[in-house]
Amino acid sequence: MSIIIKALTHIYDKGTPNETVALDHIDLEIASGEFVGLIGHTGSGKSTLIQQMNGLLKPTAGDIIVNNLEITKGLELPKKQRKKYAAERKKQLIEVRKKVGLVFQYPEYQLFEETVEKDIAFGPQNLGLVESHVKQRVMDAMALVGMDYETYKDKSPFELSGGQKRRVAIAGVLAMKPDVLILDEPTAGLDPQGRDEILGQLKTLHDQEQLTVIIVSHSMEDMAKIANRLIVMNQGKVVLDGTPKDVFKEIETLEAIGLAVPQISYLIRALNEKGFALPDDIITVQGAIDAIQNVLEKRAK
Amino acid sequence: MLRDITIGQYYSVDSPVHRMDPRFKIIASMLFLVSLFLIEDMLAYLLVIAFIGAVIYKSKIPVKYVIRGLKPVFMLIIFAFLINIFLTPGEEKVSFWIFTVSIEGITRAFFMAFRLILLIVGTSLLTLCTSPIELTDGIEYLLNPMKRIGLPAHELAMMMTIALRFIPTLLEETDKIMKAQMARGADFESGNIMKRAKALIPLLVPLFISAFRRADELAMAMEARCYRGGEGRTRLKVLKYTSLDAIGAGIVAVYFVACIIV
Repeated sequence: MSIIIKALTHIYDKGTPNETVALDHIDLEIASGEFVGLIGHTGSGKSTLIQQMNGLLKPTAGDIIVNNLEITKGLELPKKQRKKYAAERKKQLIEVRKKVGLVFQYPEYQLFEETVEKDIAFGPQNLGLVESHVKQRVMDAMALVGMDYETYKDKSPFELSGGQKRRVAIAGVLAMKPDVLILDEPTAGLDPQGRDEILGQLKTLHDQEQLTVIIVSHSMEDMAKIANRLIVMNQGKVVLDGTPKDVFKEIETLEAIGLAVPQISYLIRALNEKGFALPDDIITVQGAIDAIQNVLEKRAK
Repeated sequence: MLRDITIGQYYSVDSPVHRMDPRFKIIASMLFLVSLFLIEDMLAYLLVIAFIGAVIYKSKIPVKYVIRGLKPVFMLIIFAFLINIFLTPGEEKVSFWIFTVSIEGITRAFFMAFRLILLIVGTSLLTLCTSPIELTDGIEYLLNPMKRIGLPAHELAMMMTIALRFIPTLLEETDKIMKAQMARGADFESGNIMKRAKALIPLLVPLFISAFRRADELAMAMEARCYRGGEGRTRLKVLKYTSLDAIGAGIVAVYFVACIIV
């Protein structure tokens, strides 16, 4: 299940005074099983990019190939000739949306059913599954996000807490059993505990279910902890792409586009300037603790 | 798809029309609407079209943008056109099955369609050239005399501003929820009417909830800034008539009189 993006461009409100280029010739390839953190400022095109990945937006130019399905086929043709591909495109989109689950920002605002169970069942029902399979999927999805089925199934999603609502919303997407899970700022507006829980569950999902996960985030700290690849975007372009360790070495580039590296990278740099000689690829607090202890022990000897 | 709706939107450029006093613009728009119902023949329609054309030209708003605003009411215009074509009695021209088309019907249908189009263009020009705040200030001013008979002018004006202000916000929200539900396999585009209506539930429930939530938050934010209605409230921008308004008033007066004469 790979996603290949070629020369993707997206322009909003083309031909009006509000015309904005959201994506500018993006080339990307996301392989199966990756855990990708997509980082960038507001307006850098992150949200537009992930909506392209399951066909919710039509690109202005370029190609997207999800799992060997070219979902942008025929879009570059003039309107009249496009019709030929319309039916095929529609079929492909249904297929792609089954495979690529997209969780929007503040997903709890999409909840609409009377009970948690019914809401999570909305996706699988749209896939046309039989009742017993739907129920199984709901139970599985709730287990994946750490909610007890019996306790919560009959509760109204509107009487839950913020973090729980968000979990229900994420379960609603997981119940469709996607191969790729894309989340737009899944931890925005949650307290630290809720944030750690959601990120922990996503990590488990990735490790145990072999899901490809793409997270859009502002938080360098969070991404440093869990992602194995970081893509940094600025003004519709991919600026940096690599492992967190490599990306966080580019402190100057990141600061130039108004992003910061994790606090711990600054600490390491400051210590190194004072002659600590710590390795420069430490990006987590735990890694830093170990390295500093190491150096101090050596000194003590 | 939802981005196309331009009714009630403000188009921010600097033009003589934009700079005019909102009170004058509101009155002029009302006169324009009245004039639309006064006119009967071709010549008068040309006059109206020339007038509105001149206003659009002066306002620096692209014609395409104004015309795009007609899209949502296109069906209504077609419907009015057809009703008039078939249901106006008069000299018979063509007839088939239960329908008869008369010459009067055709002319009336055309006039009616044009009248509707001009009506919408005229009113949307008002909002396109007047920022919501100015518009409300203008409305409030014009409603002020009604306060004596107990009409809450300020509150009404405030309600209107808020409604206008939230059109784009709610459209954006609708777009977002639609996409989110589409990502969960919802289908808003196919099926019969019943199926489509049912498909709207996952869209409407979250939309209403968020509208109420927004209303709550807005009320709280206004109260936090000590909003307590219109009494004793002063203005940031005091409305003043300028020479521009005098020129405008002259033009509108000439236009209106011409409409009555023709």
